[in-house]
Amino acid sequence: MNKKTALYDRHVSLGARMEPFAGYIMPIKYTSVQDEHNTVRKGVGIFDLSHMGEFRVRGGDACRFLDYLLTNDADVEAGQAYYSTMCYPDGGIVDDLIVYRISRDEYLMVVNASNIEKDWAWVNNHTAGYSVDLTNESDDTALVAVQGPDSEKVVQMLTDTDLSAIEYYHHVSGEAAGRKALIARTGYTGEDGFELYLKPGDAEAVWDAVMEAGKESGIKPIGLGARDTLRLEVGYPLYGNDIDHTTTPIEAKLGWVVKLKTDKDFIGREVMARQKDEKPSRYIIGLEVTGKGFPRHGAELFEGNRKVGIVTSGSIAPALGHGVCLAFVEKGYHKVGTELEAEVRGRRIPVKAVKLPFYKDGSRK
Amino acid sequence: MSNVPESLRYTDTHEWVKDLGNGEYMMGLTFYAQDQMGEIVMVEFPGLNEYGSGEILGSLEAVKTAEDFYSPFDCKVARVNETLEDEPALINEDCYGRGWLVVVRTDDPSGFEGLKSAEEYSEYIGE
Repeated sequence: MNKKTALYDRHVSLGARMEPFAGYIMPIKYTSVQDEHNTVRKGVGIFDLSHMGEFRVRGGDACRFLDYLLTNDADVEAGQAYYSTMCYPDGGIVDDLIVYRISRDEYLMVVNASNIEKDWAWVNNHTAGYSVDLTNESDDTALVAVQGPDSEKVVQMLTDTDLSAIEYYHHVSGEAAGRKALIARTGYTGEDGFELYLKPGDAEAVWDAVMEAGKESGIKPIGLGARDTLRLEVGYPLYGNDIDHTTTPIEAKLGWVVKLKTDKDFIGREVMARQKDEKPSRYIIGLEVTGKGFPRHGAELFEGNRKVGIVTSGSIAPALGHGVCLAFVEKGYHKVGTELEAEVRGRRIPVKAVKLPFYKDGSRK
Repeated sequence: MSNVPESLRYTDTHEWVKDLGNGEYMMGLTFYAQDQMGEIVMVEFPGLNEYGSGEILGSLEAVKTAEDFYSPFDCKVARVNETLEDEPALINEDCYGRGWLVVVRTDDPSGFEGLKSAEEYSEYIGE
């Protein structure tokens, strides 16, 4: 039985196509994926991301614990956020997540909906020796995201908090539409935007207030379909598609979230340090489709008769008007400019390795 | 509620077929199928050759998915809707009109007559 978010009735009355996703019944699209995508690129859109998982970590060892558990450095300022991977000892990725440092001894981890149970078990299995208290708040948290170049203007109408003072990947506790909210300048679209962490009982009031405030800016509700094309167009990986327990952050070009430059120990460090020294045997790269067609997840990549990789995400890039893919390829075929062919239903479609992000004009601060 | 015109016949693979007379049949994607697929961004057409019943004629790429379309019976493809190469979204906007896919020829009307009626197709898609 799929769960409903607190905003389920809103989606249905907006005419969304609702489909099961990660144990929830979620809006895939309201009008069209391309239209919703372009709305976020050029104006502002509102998303229900309440399916995401939230774990609170409190205690005197919270920072030390997260430093051991996650690959990125937990020692950021209170009010800051960071993106990280959480890995197995062999370097494979348990999940990718955003972590908000609420205060010196308190953090909020936001994980992928499809991984909530697995992550919760993993996190709890590593608390020995750390004075931390963990709470799974996933069912008690609603998440409304407002994304796009006009998002600050719209969200500012709902709050006394001066949003212009919140830098990218920072957050404050405040109020939105009179309801308690964690207001974060984060997102996964490549655009400027805010994520509002709320009590589920407040979600409808805040959603309605954002829709009202955004009327003049032409705000639209955005489904998970456009969320996927938005993140792909800026080259962000999606857990389960591009990265999983068989891939390491180094291979996934997420080395920037692995704190190998510090002397802190963390799960997977040894493997990642070695991999970084020896260079991985394969890499995630961006491919632009130069021929006709759209290679999708699972399409094999060839140079001549030699299979050299596999597409992990593929779609049209709505803001660019051509197909793009993320793909794993063998070392040697990962350089920008490399020309390969993707096999789709027995036919070969020419593709070319390009620099990420595909879309370079995002409003992300 | 899907739009299933009475005057057309339908395949199990969600193509509609219209008898144009003189052994010519026009076909396209049903309203139900284009709605399921979402915005179509590319159409691949068959060559003007002979195809057996159920053989792949071409493919449709939507933003999130791709589907093939199939020959409804033994036939020869007479012409394709080239307008769709520039405006594939016509399939979503007007699937029974300007969004038609191909016109095929056959001298044997039994294939067409064996296709689903509007009523049968409506039942098939659960409406």
